[in-house]
Amino acid sequence: MKAVKVKENFYWVGAIDWNVRNFHGYSTFRGTTYNAYLLIDEKVVLFDTVKHGFEEELLKRISSVIGPERIDYLVINHIEPDHAGGFAKIVDVIKPEKIFLTKNARLGILAHFHKEDYPFEEVKTGTSVKVGKRTLTFIETPMIHWPDSMMTYIPEERILVSQDAFGAHYATSQRFDDEVDECELIQEARKYYANIVYPYSPQVNKLLKTVKDMNLQIEMICPDHGVIWRKNPEKIVSLYERWSSFTCDPKVLILYDTMWKSTEKMAYAVMEGVFEEGVPVKMCKLSVTDWTELMADVLEARGLVLGSPTLNNGLLPTVSGFLTYMKGLRPRGKVGAAFGSYGWSGEAVKLLNQYLQEIQAEIVHEGIKAKYVPDEKVLFECMELGKAVARKVKELCSA
Amino acid sequence: MKKYKCNVCGYVYDPEVGDPSQNIPPGTPFEQLPDSWTCPVCGASKDDFSPEE
Ligand SMILES: Cc1cc2nc3c(=O)[nH]c(=O)nc-3n(C[C@H](O)[C@H](O)[C@H](O)COP(=O)(O)O)c2cc1C
Ligand SMILES: [Fe+2]
Ligand SMILES: [Fe+2]
Ligand SMILES: [Zn+2]
Repeated sequence: MKAVKVKENFYWVGAIDWNVRNFHGYSTFRGTTYNAYLLIDEKVVLFDTVKHGFEEELLKRISSVIGPERIDYLVINHIEPDHAGGFAKIVDVIKPEKIFLTKNARLGILAHFHKEDYPFEEVKTGTSVKVGKRTLTFIETPMIHWPDSMMTYIPEERILVSQDAFGAHYATSQRFDDEVDECELIQEARKYYANIVYPYSPQVNKLLKTVKDMNLQIEMICPDHGVIWRKNPEKIVSLYERWSSFTCDPKVLILYDTMWKSTEKMAYAVMEGVFEEGVPVKMCKLSVTDWTELMADVLEARGLVLGSPTLNNGLLPTVSGFLTYMKGLRPRGKVGAAFGSYGWSGEAVKLLNQYLQEIQAEIVHEGIKAKYVPDEKVLFECMELGKAVARKVKELCSA
Repeated sequence: MKKYKCNVCGYVYDPEVGDPSQNIPPGTPFEQLPDSWTCPVCGASKDDFSPEE
């Protein structure tokens, strides 16, 4: 296991987790990588570590370039265990002269490892450290992804080490965007944004503006997961601009589940209505849909139509579970409506509308409840509901 | 009226703006926010805020 040269004296020295399929609940169908980077100048600098269990892989890759004990500075851009789980073990081996991190990162490391006698040096946005010919400039990025997060910019190389931002859970032997399938890569970057970064879209939006104002020249973006953006860093930046400003496609998702197929009949009628208006539509039965895959669709679709039968005065847990997850990711700019079959009390539609209100969706129809099996009249109304959602979606997407 | 900053995520509460996401009208001083009010960005509680220098 060797380092991969990124530029002269700058190497990727991370670890590849080929077989992880559940990453804190996130379905990593393509595995992931924990990226770390090594800069050789008058000072030798390591950027981030790896998940606990992958320390040997990191040390081997470093050793293919330089003895790990020759590392002078460690930069901790993010303290989450996938990057700092190996912190204690790695620090014991490399014995760095200084560890650069934000104040929140120092407190966070303490709350993970309960040990304080490390050579920490707190940095803030704009702090610069000369390491020889090159400079490390730090940019705090709180909540992208955690309160401790920051990025490191190396102006002489025009490299941005961006920790979780611009990353993707995507294990490959190749290290660069131009060496992998672009569709796969973008899909994994999209899924990553939708499940990890989405709640902090306003912060991302602000950060992108700050980066523009600072006139940072960026030749390469080196994230902590997935590949390095060297051919086309503008591509991922423009996607982050799109996603963080809640720009969506004219597309409708029907998110539903069913026990005796009545709600499903309604779902298909809604689908017909959307389709008749010429808007692409996708059916997602929540009992058979992976939540984290689905979030990538939610990110891009303007319309969300929710359906659930009433179960014990509430929603089906497959529906409420997904909606609880989705709500926490704070989607905005959506158009929505709800439907569902019931037997005697029929709370589901009201509850679905509450979820739509909580994500500040524009609700275009009060919702449709069908007692037991929907008849032709109800199905016609469901079609009309689908059309109403589709028309609003078209209107907003063309504005 | 003083602005207050969230120690966790850096969000700044500006009393002149209030916090529409939690129905806090413009002109509400930080001290008068209900104890149940939380940071709209990260969810931290009122105790996690410090007056901005
Ligand atoms: C994707 C993600 C989101 C998180 N969101 C929050 C949050 O909103 N508030 C919070 O207090 N902690 C949050 N955390 C931090 C976890 O609660 C923390 O890492 C905790 O120690 C994990 O406990 P566990 O080891 O039992 O999973 C989040 C962690 C992850 C991975
Ligand atoms: Fe993270
Ligand atoms: Fe990460
Ligand atoms: Zn906060």
